[in-house]
Amino acid sequence: MTSYAVRSRTSYAVRSRTAVVAAAVVAATAALVLAGCGTSSGTPEPLGTEGGSQPTEARTLTVFAAASLQKPFEQIGRAFEGSHPGVTVKFSFGGSSGLVAQLSEGAPADVLATANEQTMAKAVADDLVKGTPTPFASNTLQIVVPADNPARISSLADLTRSGTKVVLCAPAVPCGSASAAVEKAAGVDLTPVSEEQSVTDVLGKVRSGEADAGLVYVTDVAGAGDEVTGIDFPEAASAVNTYPIATLRDAADASLADEFVEAVTGTQGLETLADAGFTAP
Amino acid sequence: MTTTLVPRWLLVPAALGTLFVGLPIVAMALSVDWSSFGSLVTTEASTDALLLSLRTAAVSTLLCLILGIPLAVVLARATGTAATLLRSLVLVPLVIPPVVGGIALLQAFGRRGLLGSTLDVLGLQVAFSTTAVVIAQTFVAMPFLVLSLEGALRTAGTRYEDVSATLGAGPTTTFRRVTIPLALPGLISGSILAFARCLGEFGATITFAGSLQGTTRTLPLEIYLQREGDPRAAVALSLVLVAVAVLVIGLTRARRDSLAGGAP
Repeated sequence: MTSYAVRSRTSYAVRSRTAVVAAAVVAATAALVLAGCGTSSGTPEPLGTEGGSQPTEARTLTVFAAASLQKPFEQIGRAFEGSHPGVTVKFSFGGSSGLVAQLSEGAPADVLATANEQTMAKAVADDLVKGTPTPFASNTLQIVVPADNPARISSLADLTRSGTKVVLCAPAVPCGSASAAVEKAAGVDLTPVSEEQSVTDVLGKVRSGEADAGLVYVTDVAGAGDEVTGIDFPEAASAVNTYPIATLRDAADASLADEFVEAVTGTQGLETLADAGFTAP
Repeated sequence: MTTTLVPRWLLVPAALGTLFVGLPIVAMALSVDWSSFGSLVTTEASTDALLLSLRTAAVSTLLCLILGIPLAVVLARATGTAATLLRSLVLVPLVIPPVVGGIALLQAFGRRGLLGSTLDVLGLQVAFSTTAVVIAQTFVAMPFLVLSLEGALRTAGTRYEDVSATLGAGPTTTFRRVTIPLALPGLISGSILAFARCLGEFGATITFAGSLQGTTRTLPLEIYLQREGDPRAAVALSLVLVAVAVLVIGLTRARRDSLAGGAP
């Protein structure tokens, strides 16, 4: 058996040197950890007088948004930065439920936009939201197939053919509950070969040709380019997702957050969203 | 009993290191909702995931042994540029992100991958099957086994093997009676590491195999999914995974210590 014993030293000089080294190690570790965290929080820094006589302050707006909103929101964010000198818009895109979970655990953010009303309702119930959320866009499901459509899919019923590899979102995530609603409305029972974590995972499996078909949002197909084809189906109308947006209670700058919400729900914002395949709520 | 001198100042960062690893595990155990723990971890989805994880990790570890032992022996005894290149190649899964491993596996065994059409002709469809889970786990875990066994073989050296040969034993007898018994502790700890890695495999599995209850959704995938639906279940299942890992390590450690006569 091995035991590690530390030789006792009595010399004061040696002891104090040991203490100094130990303190230095602790300090260095702490410094590294802090450096790793970065200094991202919104400490306002004066930015001089840019483009006018009024001094503008550097401000950061943090927006948590559903993954499907990435392209149009980044565009809206750039326009917002252009019209608000000194403002930097930072985005965190992800699954809506995951974003709400992060906020519940204290993640700092100013604005939240989710992919369905249920997840926003959860944020409201957790007292994270200031005021009432505004619906600003909607999205419907589409059948997605690889560009060469190897299983020759043309309708929802084709997905039930035996041997067809269908991939869906897991029922726990918003696109999965939408898929379940569509199945119910159409009276079909799909047996997926995989229930994926997010809509982008479904798209990935179809894009790579591993799966013959999947159910994703119209906007995902629009963003995926030539590698996949989207097929509309009438039953999709029974599961339309409405996207709400809201300013958060803990927003560092609530009026700036409100302005961003207005930018999204305004004419230009809605146009950008329409270009990405979203329809009006 | 041996006494090793440890410079006193090392104790502080060592304690910090212990805290760094231990604190999150303790925090997780503290946040478990014990009143509902039983019902959370015994749902059909949870038990399916646990059983699938144990089953696939066991098969994958076996595969790691079948393929990894010969590989480690060759690497331990070979010299030269070819051996160095081979070693780097075998260790690649260790240094790439698992999701990259999953993408690589897709390119090889996927439907439109390099071997996809060949496998298709043979009537084998790997995608979305439990086989895919095993392939993913074996791919990421094998380097752990190879690395620790190779180290053990190098430390053991070739002296006893040479003696065995001069006494008239053939290479296979020497391998069976001398090489493997000498490297047994390394082989066992390598197997534990490989099994633990299989049990925790996530990225390559979700990329390559998909996620379906009872077929491909292993415990880590179930935990990740439950994070969305029921975070309490995710925490409870995480603790189960930690417990299983600790149990496996503990059992095999005890066995190894008894094999080694109680003292390293």
